[in-house]
Amino acid sequence: MDSLAWLILACPLVTAAAIHLGLKKQQSLAALVSTASAAVTLIFALIILKVDESRTAFDWVTIGKFKIEIGLQLDAFAKGMMIVVTGVGFLVHLFSLAYMKDDKAKARYFCGLSLFMFSMTGIVLASNFIMMFIFWELVGLSSYLLIGHWYEKNSAADAAKKAFLTNRIGDFGYMIGILMLWGIAGSFTFDGIAAYFAGSPETTWILGAAVLCIFAGAMGKSAQAPLHVWLPDAMEGPTPVSALIHAATMVAAGVFMMARLFTTIGIETIDGLWGIETIAWIGGITSLLAALMATQQDDIKKILAYSTLSQLGYMVMAVGLLDPEAGMFHLFTHAWFKALLFLGSGAVIYACHHEQNIWKMGGLKDKMPITTLTFGIGTLALCGFPFFTAGFFSKEQIFEAALQANNWPLFFIAAGVACLTTFYMFRLFFVAFLGKHRSKNADHAKEVGPLMFVPLIILAVMALVVGWNPIARFLAPLHKDFHFHFGWALGASILSLVIGFLLAWKLYLNTEEDPLAKNGIAKIFRNKFYIDEAYAKVVGYGQDFVAAVVHFIDELVIGGLLVGGFSRAAGGIGRLFGRMQSGNLQGYAVLFGLGVILVIYLTVFVS
Amino acid sequence: MSIIFVLIPLLAALAIFAGFKARFTALCASTLTLFFGGGCLFCWDHPVWGIAPQILSKPAIHLSLGFFDGMSVVMVLLSVIVLFTATMSGKCPEGKEKLWYGSIMLIGAGALGAFLSTDLFFFYAFHELALIPTFLMIGMLGSGERKEAAWKITIYLAFGSIILLAGLIGLVGASGSESWLFSDLLASSIDPAAQKWIAILLIVGFGVLISLFPFHSWAAPAYAAAPAPVAMLHAGVLKKFGLYGLFRLYPMVAEGMQAWLGLLIVLLLGNILWVGFVTINQKRLDYMLGNSSVMHMGYIFLAFAALISAGSLEANPLALPGAVILMFAHGVSIALLFMLTDTIRRKTGTVELAELGGLAKAAPRLAFLFGLAGMASIGLPGLANFSGEVLVFLSGFHEYKGGALGCVQVATVLALWGVVISAVYMLRAFRQTFQGPAVAATHSDRVKDFGPFCQIPAAILALALLVVGLYPNSLLNLLKGGDSTPSTEPATEAPAE
Repeated sequence: MDSLAWLILACPLVTAAAIHLGLKKQQSLAALVSTASAAVTLIFALIILKVDESRTAFDWVTIGKFKIEIGLQLDAFAKGMMIVVTGVGFLVHLFSLAYMKDDKAKARYFCGLSLFMFSMTGIVLASNFIMMFIFWELVGLSSYLLIGHWYEKNSAADAAKKAFLTNRIGDFGYMIGILMLWGIAGSFTFDGIAAYFAGSPETTWILGAAVLCIFAGAMGKSAQAPLHVWLPDAMEGPTPVSALIHAATMVAAGVFMMARLFTTIGIETIDGLWGIETIAWIGGITSLLAALMATQQDDIKKILAYSTLSQLGYMVMAVGLLDPEAGMFHLFTHAWFKALLFLGSGAVIYACHHEQNIWKMGGLKDKMPITTLTFGIGTLALCGFPFFTAGFFSKEQIFEAALQANNWPLFFIAAGVACLTTFYMFRLFFVAFLGKHRSKNADHAKEVGPLMFVPLIILAVMALVVGWNPIARFLAPLHKDFHFHFGWALGASILSLVIGFLLAWKLYLNTEEDPLAKNGIAKIFRNKFYIDEAYAKVVGYGQDFVAAVVHFIDELVIGGLLVGGFSRAAGGIGRLFGRMQSGNLQGYAVLFGLGVILVIYLTVFVS
Repeated sequence: MSIIFVLIPLLAALAIFAGFKARFTALCASTLTLFFGGGCLFCWDHPVWGIAPQILSKPAIHLSLGFFDGMSVVMVLLSVIVLFTATMSGKCPEGKEKLWYGSIMLIGAGALGAFLSTDLFFFYAFHELALIPTFLMIGMLGSGERKEAAWKITIYLAFGSIILLAGLIGLVGASGSESWLFSDLLASSIDPAAQKWIAILLIVGFGVLISLFPFHSWAAPAYAAAPAPVAMLHAGVLKKFGLYGLFRLYPMVAEGMQAWLGLLIVLLLGNILWVGFVTINQKRLDYMLGNSSVMHMGYIFLAFAALISAGSLEANPLALPGAVILMFAHGVSIALLFMLTDTIRRKTGTVELAELGGLAKAAPRLAFLFGLAGMASIGLPGLANFSGEVLVFLSGFHEYKGGALGCVQVATVLALWGVVISAVYMLRAFRQTFQGPAVAATHSDRVKDFGPFCQIPAAILALALLVVGLYPNSLLNLLKGGDSTPSTEPATEAPAE
């Protein structure tokens, strides 16, 4: 069965290469090949679900005893995650066939998708940190390529660049963390690291530092504050890409990686580790900030993007509260319903002729009943509608994690975020789908074709059922059974849902414009707390100004005075010779050559 | 037999000066060297590749060429690949074919001779042989401020060479060796006090040739002014001469080098961070690339610093392989970038970033290759540079066993920030050149994409980056050389295939 695992990895890579090298001209064929490859990997992923845990590797770098391997670790954790990646991946491919039907660079788009499937599979199945880092960067590349798919647009090109650079900042920390962990544990492989920590070694402060450095990588990829700025901009990419990469899978890789790290080192058994609470707080703050920003966005994709940020914050918070199982479970359920919401928004955008402003939609429920229904289910799942939507079960576990850790501030933040989530999601739903149409584009909207609504229906079913114990036990990575009991968590869950819904009902049902538009605080949310502007200033006045000053000094002092002065002195001597000789460069060059030979001759032979 | 690597381009140069068809001769010669270079990969340790005729008995200088070890093989491979592609790229001004192709052949002969020499004297002399046509080409056939640039590089490198020569003479003198052969020199031992002074001469001498901070000012203007093949050959191959030399001679002055570890770390961080910022501020593609090539030398020096700190090649087995892969990778990627920049210059008439934009629309193949080379140079996994960089970073942490960071580890951490810096300038340049709406200079009415044939040299370089990037052991297996000690660790489960 090992060879099957290698096939899962190889299939999308071969597809991407084949499309790039051979199918650039046959665009539709390229799209079909890519989708077929996604289907095949989904089938493989389902097959390995039933296979025993195994591990296989080959040496990628060998230097004496030192080696870096490319290996596949097929444990329950990886196999569950593979279902998410290939399942959502396949549906997004299917949806893209219709969504990107008329795109001029369809082949390039599907090549990028296949490259992404390859890279993401690599992260999930990686058996060691170096390999994970390799594929980590490669998903970054695919994300860069797909955000910049419409690269002629300045905004898309800038967003792609911003995503790559922000991730690089996180990866700076990630690499340092890997190096430090290597120093501590003497291994990069998860097996090796686990073996080291199984011997319950003495904990030093450096382990905490290493974990936080590795977490920096997760902050970049999973867009945690203050590195969150790239994700909303990444919505410049085609909407199916946003669903797959910037909602369901890649952005969750940070959570996956931290969960992998924590389960590998057995974080619960390590005493005296400092700094882990920072992770929980960064997650909590991100989820709160993002939820606040989401309440005042008008672009349907931007609302969902901030919602993704907020949910990622939840997951990171759970991981930071030393409950990686809860974080991973939320990752798992979130992947389905957020992909559903994004693809639903894609269907809306497609039907409304690329209108993304919710205030120019309205009344879509009559024109697009299937989309409206599935979007509504996605909304309920995201809000955690009790007892049967997937989001409810995973959110409960996160609340429980905060309670377990006795961290009341984070518990209340989490509950507040749940309330905000319900508020902004119903704001979106009321404004875009209910009421009357507010533009021609919305009036002309028609229900999308089966290639688009079938994935929506499948995802809607998943968004309802994947949280149920029997199904989650089978599919989810790292699942803990949900036990029903009354308590703070359930109370907060229901209360926040009711409050959020009523607020949205009161403010946004049948309104023509945003009643909060004039509000000063809302303006701050709308402008994302001015964080993007602040960064632009830092880059402009900080980095670029420093670069200009350094360049100036470099030319003036180092090039001009210090070393340049020396060379000028030498040049003067040269010119002296030059005048005696032909006075030009050729003469000098020849003289130089002869001179060197003469010097060598004198030193070596005349002794 | 190794001498054919020098003789082929040398004879080709002579033939060109004697009036043979310049381009045809040069292409034949570089194809032949590429062919032999490829062939050598499989049999370089066969005795047939070594010869040692003694051309002078006092004090025993040998024209001895051969593959001293795997490092030489990799450098020769790099040289033949870049020589072949450089011969095919660039556009020779009318009527200057003799000088153009003759110089390329001479540079190639010099570079190959230097990497193949197993004698310190010829190692040095061949490099000098390669420098002279480099200067001439920049000064006579370059573009822009070619006179000033040629003058600057000549002065700098001459100054560096003289210091280096002093160091080499000191080295041979202090070793008390009978001959200048590497094997004899490496077998001798040098008094630590003398080592210290030889070491600094080597660092500064080689350092100037490698554009070590603060001796880097010559590089960017020279590469910007140089004809494309010369920029490719110098930045790609000749610059590696200094690094090759440092690693080759290191075991003789290992103790002496330790005195300069702190200085070297400061200087290499100057390369990475200081020059990195200088690179961010560049407004022209060619200057940006020239500076980036200076910056990336810092990483190879970082491997060298890790080596010095460990004390011997055996104590830090990752430093040398990491550096060698990075030398190869940098050589190939920078050659590709200079080739493509020259193509951009010829197609659009400018390399000013502000005048470019949206070129990918008219020239998607060019954009793909430039993107690939750019991504390689900023260390994207799957391409060769990453394999080298990650080994260099690992070598920086090889001594580290938990606890507080030592000075080499701190240097490695700071150097890692350079990975962010390179991404900033490279992605900016790519964004500015290829993405966004097309502008007058890049409009598809004016600019045509690469034809399939013109793509060949670029594709060869891209392929080399991919092969080494996807499977670094392909190069590392060469470095193992005659050392066949099996790994003592039990092999982990073998892959099922």
